[in-house]
Amino acid sequence: MTITEAPQATRRLTTSKAMVEAIAQEMERDPSVFYLGEDVGAYGGIFSSTTGLLERFGPQRIIDTPISETAFIGLGIGAAVEGMRPIVEVMFTDFMGVCLDQIYNHMAKIHFESGGNVKVPMVLTMAAGGGYSDGAQHSQCLWGTFAHLPGMKVVVPSTPADAKGLMTSAIRDDNPVVYIFHKGVMGLPWMVKNPRSIDEVPDGEHTVPIGEARVAREGSDVTVVTLSLSVHHALDVAESLAPQGIDVEVVDLRSLVPLDRDAIVASVAKTGRLVVVDEDYLSFGVSAEVVASVTDRDPTLLRVPPQRIAVPDVPIPYAHDLEHAVLPRHDRIERAVRTAMGR
Amino acid sequence: MTQTLDREPAADVRHRLDLLREMVRIRLFEERCVELYSAAKIRGFLHVAIGEEAVAVGVNAVLDEGDAVVSTYREHGHAIARGMSMDSVMAEMYGKATGCSRGRGGSMHLFDVGRRFYGGNAIVAGGLPLAIGLALADKMRMRPTVTVCFFGDGAFAEGEFHECVNLAALWRLPVLFACENNLYAMGTAIARAQAETDLALRAASYGIAAWPVDGMDVVAVEEAADRAVDRIRAGGGPCFLELRTYRFRAHSMYDPERYRDKAEVARWRERDPIDLLTHQLTAEGGLSAEARDAMAAEVTAEVDRAVAAAEAAPLEPAEDLERFVYTETEA
Repeated sequence: MTITEAPQATRRLTTSKAMVEAIAQEMERDPSVFYLGEDVGAYGGIFSSTTGLLERFGPQRIIDTPISETAFIGLGIGAAVEGMRPIVEVMFTDFMGVCLDQIYNHMAKIHFESGGNVKVPMVLTMAAGGGYSDGAQHSQCLWGTFAHLPGMKVVVPSTPADAKGLMTSAIRDDNPVVYIFHKGVMGLPWMVKNPRSIDEVPDGEHTVPIGEARVAREGSDVTVVTLSLSVHHALDVAESLAPQGIDVEVVDLRSLVPLDRDAIVASVAKTGRLVVVDEDYLSFGVSAEVVASVTDRDPTLLRVPPQRIAVPDVPIPYAHDLEHAVLPRHDRIERAVRTAMGR
Repeated sequence: MTQTLDREPAADVRHRLDLLREMVRIRLFEERCVELYSAAKIRGFLHVAIGEEAVAVGVNAVLDEGDAVVSTYREHGHAIARGMSMDSVMAEMYGKATGCSRGRGGSMHLFDVGRRFYGGNAIVAGGLPLAIGLALADKMRMRPTVTVCFFGDGAFAEGEFHECVNLAALWRLPVLFACENNLYAMGTAIARAQAETDLALRAASYGIAAWPVDGMDVVAVEEAADRAVDRIRAGGGPCFLELRTYRFRAHSMYDPERYRDKAEVARWRERDPIDLLTHQLTAEGGLSAEARDAMAAEVTAEVDRAVAAAEAAPLEPAEDLERFVYTETEA
């Protein structure tokens, strides 16, 4: 039997609207889906992650909580164990410090330590990233920390369409999925304007498989493997270098767990040059893991040493100039690409 | 004469014999675990609840099949009282494939979805958030069920406890907070850790019904749990019971017990919950010496069978190590 699908209609949406649309569609489809967090109701989410949902679904399914992250994450775990599909929002990744026990000792381990008997189909969503002078406790990415701890999937969308598709997939997944959105990709009117934060999004049902990277731009000279807001920066750099004869391929990881190592290796096999761009801390993190994905498989694929552009191992500073010095922005990405190219 | 829950006298005796048998099952199971630990058949840390059996049995006695239980790392008794078979629990102690958690959990992580027994949580106060979530799910689905959360007095020192009781009270979640106050958080006496040691009083400050119970008297525990569960089922919101009990043995297996007097342990042993009920039933003529011996023999045989089954059971193959980190059936 052949099923011919009509091409899906699209419209241009911001990432935040795309994310909200996915949540709303899944809440319509499945009564066990509900949303829980701080100021997700009347406020609509500080980063517009739930705008309009309270009006549509009411306070029984869009639930404001006290500032008790440990209690309400665990509450989500308990509800998920009972077959509900909660989406639990921690306002900032930085706040993981007050509730990490529930995340990595309970959410991520119950399935394993129960010998596969107990399932935890929940989404833990949170905002990440800096660039707007919010200081050391409100600007971190920390996705590498979640990815390091076994038992949870980790997705990090960069585009409106992927934000929708990955949210849908995360809600439907029977595993705990940590869904991290960078504030800079949401298309928020009060943030630095980012033209790539508004784009075509399929109408209706849209899923993106967890664990599949996406080639955001094809190129033949050098591979930039990156994620989240840094994808946008890498695309900007690629476009600016194209007229100078440097053809950059940009791989958007989209998921950290599972990591699409095949896609990384395939791109490097083509270009022979690797630049990893990550807004998380440099050491012991995503950037080293990406390099190891290549060297574990075949170190001879690399014609030149790989370059890693990440946040040096310092807390994120407040002052604009200092903050921009630590973030992986255009200038640093371009320098790394040029170093890899020997130009 | 203590009569439980308005039963007819004969039924009451039968019922209390059942309670006694459950306590004896837990006691003999755990005493065997201690022996097996010394023989290196059981590994890791082993936390037995010998002396605290009345709490597990009295609370579980009032639960329905659909109710949920969340427990701590000292949970063998809760699991057995909840109806988990000695076979599945003992096999888990052995780390065998037939264990309730397929050897991945061990003594501190017993689970049984069918009985809604959700661990086996080895972080102090770590089970409380899970419990209020189970209760929220039940409430959202309008099920008339109750979630019982067992935890120790040590949990009062964790912020997690206060967050969860507040939230449960705020949203009137159907949870019974069953605090096993055995006076020690590991080796730290309660007065050395808590500025106010009246735990029921502190729980009541969240606006919930809370009261202390003699945790060595299984009938008193059952009556209190029954009252609390009725109230919760009727939509009265969460309740808190401070079940005053005592563990007769070390915190874990190797513990020199330098933190408490031998005389204190001896005093509490005089209130052994199994002895108390045995004497009471014997005095009433409801339990003969022969019946008592027969009960012990039957339970011993049940433990023997569980040990034999665990000995014979296969190990989970190491090649399957990565199974159950993530689910195998994708949604």
